[in-house]
Amino acid sequence: MGDHHKETFVTKYIFSIDHKMIAKQFLITGMFMGIIGMIMSILFRLQLSNPGESFKVMEFFLGEKWAPGGVLDPNMYLALVTMHGTILVFWVLTAGLSGTFANFLIPLQIGARDMASGFMNMLSYWFFFVATIVLLSSLFLEMGPASSGWTIYPPLSALPEAIPGSGLGQDLWLIAMTLFVVSSLLGGLNYIVTILNLRTKGMSMSRLPLTVWALLIVAILGVLSFPVLLSASLLLVFDRTFGTSFYLSDIIIGGELLHHTGGSPILYEHLFWFLGHPEVYIILLPALGIVSEVISVNSRKPIFGYKAMVVSLMAIAFLSFIVWGHHMFVTGMDPFLGSVFTFTTLLIAIPSAVKVFNYIATLWRASIRFTPAMLFAIGFVSTFITGGLTGIILGDSALDINVHDTYFVVGHFHIVMGLSAIYGMFAGVYHWFPKMYGRMMNKKLGYLHFWVTFISAYGVFFPMHFTGLAGLPRRYYQNTSFPMFDQLTDINEIITFFAIVGGLIQILFVFNFFYSIFKGSKSTQNPWKSNTLEWTAPIERIHGNWHGEIPTVHRWAYDYSKPGSDDDFISQDTPLRDGEEEH
Amino acid sequence: MINILIAILGFLLIVTLVQVVRVSELLSEIKNQDANEVTFQDNKIQSRTLGIVGFLFLASCVWQYFEWKHVILPPASSEHGAIIDSLMAVTVILITIVFFITQIALFYFGFKYRKDSDNETAFFYSHNNKLEMFWTVIPAIVLTGVILYGLNVWNKINNTDTSNASVIELYAKQFGWEARYAGEDGKLGDAYFKYVNGPNTLGVNLDDQFSMDDIQTKEVHLVVGKPVLLKMRSQDVIHSAFLPHFRVQMNCVPGMTTQFAFTPTKTTKQMKEEEGEDFEYVLLCNKICGAAHYNMQMKFIVEEAEEYNTWIKNQETIKDRLLTQNN
Repeated sequence: MGDHHKETFVTKYIFSIDHKMIAKQFLITGMFMGIIGMIMSILFRLQLSNPGESFKVMEFFLGEKWAPGGVLDPNMYLALVTMHGTILVFWVLTAGLSGTFANFLIPLQIGARDMASGFMNMLSYWFFFVATIVLLSSLFLEMGPASSGWTIYPPLSALPEAIPGSGLGQDLWLIAMTLFVVSSLLGGLNYIVTILNLRTKGMSMSRLPLTVWALLIVAILGVLSFPVLLSASLLLVFDRTFGTSFYLSDIIIGGELLHHTGGSPILYEHLFWFLGHPEVYIILLPALGIVSEVISVNSRKPIFGYKAMVVSLMAIAFLSFIVWGHHMFVTGMDPFLGSVFTFTTLLIAIPSAVKVFNYIATLWRASIRFTPAMLFAIGFVSTFITGGLTGIILGDSALDINVHDTYFVVGHFHIVMGLSAIYGMFAGVYHWFPKMYGRMMNKKLGYLHFWVTFISAYGVFFPMHFTGLAGLPRRYYQNTSFPMFDQLTDINEIITFFAIVGGLIQILFVFNFFYSIFKGSKSTQNPWKSNTLEWTAPIERIHGNWHGEIPTVHRWAYDYSKPGSDDDFISQDTPLRDGEEEH
Repeated sequence: MINILIAILGFLLIVTLVQVVRVSELLSEIKNQDANEVTFQDNKIQSRTLGIVGFLFLASCVWQYFEWKHVILPPASSEHGAIIDSLMAVTVILITIVFFITQIALFYFGFKYRKDSDNETAFFYSHNNKLEMFWTVIPAIVLTGVILYGLNVWNKINNTDTSNASVIELYAKQFGWEARYAGEDGKLGDAYFKYVNGPNTLGVNLDDQFSMDDIQTKEVHLVVGKPVLLKMRSQDVIHSAFLPHFRVQMNCVPGMTTQFAFTPTKTTKQMKEEEGEDFEYVLLCNKICGAAHYNMQMKFIVEEAEEYNTWIKNQETIKDRLLTQNN
């Protein structure tokens, strides 16, 4: 292969089969969706802190129909919440995060010229692209987009009479999600095959960088769990369209008796969360991988306990398949099952604790270089701790009774999954930007971006624990119907303030990103003095990654500050010296 | 007009930003530095900022606790709620300790171990099996305790003795609640969605003899100290019966009946004295159910037996309400 075949504009930038270009396509689509999801969240935050007040910005984005007089419509509020969740969970943190970094890093870090199947990889992006178009087009429907929450529990999601968004909007949501699952499976299979078969000479599994380990495990999780979501959606389509009763039973809606009997919405919940919980780790693990790499490189120290890091990734992934019931403690599920799920759920705290302690041990006696990526990686560890710990409350069935579906949950999962994953993504973008575009991102803007994001993100989500403990349910259009929540106005205003600040500062990141693509200062080949193979590849983008031979690997990826070496890093393709021991 | 102004303002802002960035990069070029290489000076500034922001973050967590402690729900007004509260207290103390230890270590190491000069090298320390075993086993032991304690509480909640409990049905539909008392026979009459018709809003089977003395109400009165078994049904979509003051939550699922048993321990009057005149026990819907989800509520009142008896006596039974009127 190499760089011999001719590339036209279309094959280079649009229907590219080069994994690096596909990664950028995922990244930029993900960023675009991220901005949309964020604008949605700011709109509904405005309504939550200032219920019933008129906002110009509301009218600007939603128009007279959905924000009459600048006041958000209750159905549109639920639609925004639903679409915000869907976009952030699937489009940004699944496709945007794994899609980008799996594509970009796997071939480069294992020493392969491209993915096992470049064509499948291209298809994976274009299925995702069509899914994106379908999902976005549902925003312009007469009856509005899907509005039953991102978990789309039936019967609400099955009955247009129950909520207008469950009409065509829900159909488009299901079509988009089906295309998304196809995209994710095409990508996932490709990642697994590539990692297992295309590693360069010497790249044994025990020498894989942790990023690749994490991405491999994520791909396996995805391949095992996404089909279950697909089948759950298909049954829902049957109920909606063909009159079956998988999930529906004994319903009167709009004064009309429906014919459905014998179905159970609980079945849907089981199927959904069988994907839904592994999905949380599909989101989180790539970030864990990226952060392991970024922390080690910038600490100039090997990652502490490489083996334990790999084993804990596997343990988390395995456990993620047997904990889904903790989303359903109050559905009326058999209490004995609740006990089992409490047990398995709390076990996840053990491998998670190992990871946190190992990160902290890596920082101990390090020689830290504070790049923006490193700051985001440290931010990740902080949010992973904060959000992980509140999980011990939510995973305990007895305690879950009173915080289930309150803002406590919203705070918890936004910190542990949302913020952690997005910090991982930012760390990855700042770190690998020079590899992607041959230029550096502006570091000062990067620093400013980190500090404002870090402070405002905690400002948004930490106070939510208190509103949750006050009993405030999530997905309420306004809290004014209950006098007991009147005391929460101040907290809600603070949250919205930080949401706006944190949202606006992302403009700086987007600016920095696009500015640096074209005008950033030129990068050197290995700007972070890193060991992994991607930095041995030439700066200019060539299809095939390396001119000439692919490098051979002789050591693990973490020989930083190794005694006896002149430099404080030793690239993985450097042979061991006489008598040198590995690690 | 104002939109155009905002657009112009945004455009100018971006132009300014571009110029500022350009100027700072050109300045570095003049000084013969790479503008985006991280210098020791950067390390110093960023590590100090990390120390300060880290400290302020932890301080703000403490501040938030003291500032907003009052918004947290008052101690539980039910028997099982009290043991949930104890479990919660123990868990919160535990995670608070771990939170502070790990966050402080993280921010402190970040602050302390910055690279200050070229001669400085990090300590090559790739693993330590003993240490790793230590921080695997310690969390495992602590969690075993948490799990056992939690499961113990969970079992108690689910095995509440309901043999002499009053049985009350909660019926949910978009967007309101209704309740049905079992009446003197202590048994709820049969009900099915196909029987819903006109004033028979709950779908009670009027041929069932147990239905006759059932009492349908728009608010729920409970006797303090007397166990109650709530049976939940839903007419349309999933709702969730959430009674935060009693630490009670259970979904209402169309097609099945769910239940939750508890014993209230404080009257509304007592709570008004402790929490203020405005206090009311309230049932909220806590599962997204449509446009007016945020306003789906019903009042609960806990009172002494005599007050309760007076109230219940004045309520119509199903027989009075549905059958007598029909005749």
